[in-house]
Amino acid sequence: MAEQLRMVEAVRETLRAELDRDDSVVVYGQDVARAGGVFRATEGLLDDYPDRVFDAPVAEAGIVGTGVGLAATGLRPVPEIQFQSFLYQGFQQLAQHVARIRSRTRGTVTCPMTIRTPYGGGIHALELHSESFEAGFAHVPGLKVVVPSSPAETTGLLTTAIRHPDPVVFMEPTRLYRAFREEVPDDHEIPLGEARLATEGDDVTVVAWGSMLRETLDAVEDVDASVEVVDPRTVYPLDTATIVDSVQKTGRCVVVHEAPRTGGMAGEITARVNEEAFLHLEAPVERVTGYDVPVPMFAREDDYVPDTDRIAAGVRRALEF
Amino acid sequence: MPREEIAQFAIDSVQVLSADETVDEELVPALSDDELLAMYEEMKRSRRLDERAIALQRRGEIGTYAPAIGQEAAQVGSAFATADEDWIVPSFREGPALLVHGVEPHQILWYAMGMEEGAEIPGGEGALPPAIPVGSQPLHAVGVGWGESIQGTSNVAVTYFGDGATSEGDVYEALNFAGVYDAQTVFVCQNNRYAISTRLADQTAAETLAQKAIAAGIEGIRVDGNDVLGVYRVAKEAIEKARDGDPVLIEALTYRRSMHTTSDDPSVYRETAEEDEWEARDPIVRFQVYLRDRGILDDETVAAIDERIEADLAAEIDKAREGAEDVDPADMFRFAYDEMPPSLERQMAAFESGGAPGGETDG
Repeated sequence: MAEQLRMVEAVRETLRAELDRDDSVVVYGQDVARAGGVFRATEGLLDDYPDRVFDAPVAEAGIVGTGVGLAATGLRPVPEIQFQSFLYQGFQQLAQHVARIRSRTRGTVTCPMTIRTPYGGGIHALELHSESFEAGFAHVPGLKVVVPSSPAETTGLLTTAIRHPDPVVFMEPTRLYRAFREEVPDDHEIPLGEARLATEGDDVTVVAWGSMLRETLDAVEDVDASVEVVDPRTVYPLDTATIVDSVQKTGRCVVVHEAPRTGGMAGEITARVNEEAFLHLEAPVERVTGYDVPVPMFAREDDYVPDTDRIAAGVRRALEF
Repeated sequence: MPREEIAQFAIDSVQVLSADETVDEELVPALSDDELLAMYEEMKRSRRLDERAIALQRRGEIGTYAPAIGQEAAQVGSAFATADEDWIVPSFREGPALLVHGVEPHQILWYAMGMEEGAEIPGGEGALPPAIPVGSQPLHAVGVGWGESIQGTSNVAVTYFGDGATSEGDVYEALNFAGVYDAQTVFVCQNNRYAISTRLADQTAAETLAQKAIAAGIEGIRVDGNDVLGVYRVAKEAIEKARDGDPVLIEALTYRRSMHTTSDDPSVYRETAEEDEWEARDPIVRFQVYLRDRGILDDETVAAIDERIEADLAAEIDKAREGAEDVDPADMFRFAYDEMPPSLERQMAAFESGGAPGGETDG
């Protein structure tokens, strides 16, 4: 029975459903058990699954690294890293072991782990609580990187991620956790690597994910053109075909992300558009991104994260080129 | 409140068979003659594999290799204390432990030949492949020991690392997680005195490495790592404790008699006198004298074992060479993901059709 849920509730109900469906699913992380998570994403799970929901020591390398061993015994670890910026402390385990264990053992040891982590700005959090490192994770072969943009998308993508045989970094846009409710269907799976058209249009393609998708949809309402908004949903694998088809139709492309510009996913998307739709382009691919600075604390955060004005301006630049 | 002592800690050290061949009869583990001979043969087999591997590396047949010469007792003794269903979680110098656990020499050579085939796990489980980053794999062992506990089994993970690894944060995190989760894990720290060239005194101010367990709230114990009977005894007790959810850190005091890897020249940082001193404490020689004294081993048996090992290694080296001829480079694409992304499928297709770099389409 479909329910109206916030994103954080969609996370919780998906975890509950997967714990219920599959005895091998194990949920753990800092504060996830007794407190139910700092965002309450795991609230109540300990009561229902006391043997498979655990609080973890404050040790991100430990949280990620133990997942390799849990998975080796046949379990399906679903750890939470409380904020994405602290996944940097587990990044060595992620890059050196989680991502590589399958290829280096030729499939005899695998790590079907889903690492959930809130990311991004917009909630006036502490320093180092607002980063968006999706391009960094996507740059590590062996990982898949998922960023949902709504409650229903969260349910579909998280369900798939937990059931998926490859390790997934599942980045939840913090600012959308409680931003709105949406009807969430039961037990649905959204394949990894399939983008969706959030809106259809003919004049310009805008690619945006996570919290920037919401911002983009708001921004393009004020643009006097027919805008097609593509939500890749998975940053890796990236659904190039949907993006390219759209750009071949519209002839213009804007990529929006809140991560820093240099080395960000917009560069990769631009390259793929150049490879496959160059002769259809009527303007250079436009990037609307964060700046190449450490994400500032919240007094300056609103100036860092792309907002509707900057996105709309980027779309207009592409249209007017 | 006055200042007062609120906690006291101590580290025990165990030795069954001393360097001068005196034996603590009370501590001698209950092992049959056949088991003792099997331990001896595994120590000799790993020593000879290391010697042959160094020669193969010098001839360019394999790549960089990390021999465990001098550490056979620490590894064979502890691995012998495991059951078949237990796990070995090794670093890159754990040939002896892996051999005991059923990994074959050609697989170890394949790994040194740069082939992932050498990191495949025989039988599908019971060991993880060598870990190259220093000190990262104890966390995997804790995950294994915790996972076994969650699933209600009594299997134990035994993980190996060196003295240098104890400086890595991950090792502390592993010890700490093990204590918190009652993980069925035994940590075997082979204190071989050097982390490449860095001496223990430059690695830590701690008096023992076993005491690193204390801060994590688990048991730490030291054993003479060149005494295979002592190592076996301590490991056996630790593994049984770990089966009940009490993890143990064992510091096996030993010496890496040869180089860190074949790329290393220990003469730059070690004195010959020190090396000579440790040669006299060689674990295989010490055990051989014990077995002879007990009437378990004679010249004839030694010769028969040596002959068997030479024939076995010759066949294994042939097998390694033959396997190396079958390397399919496209496998690098095949095993990266269970569900291969379309962009990677296109890269693989371009690779297989001989597409020139830069010319492939990767949409």
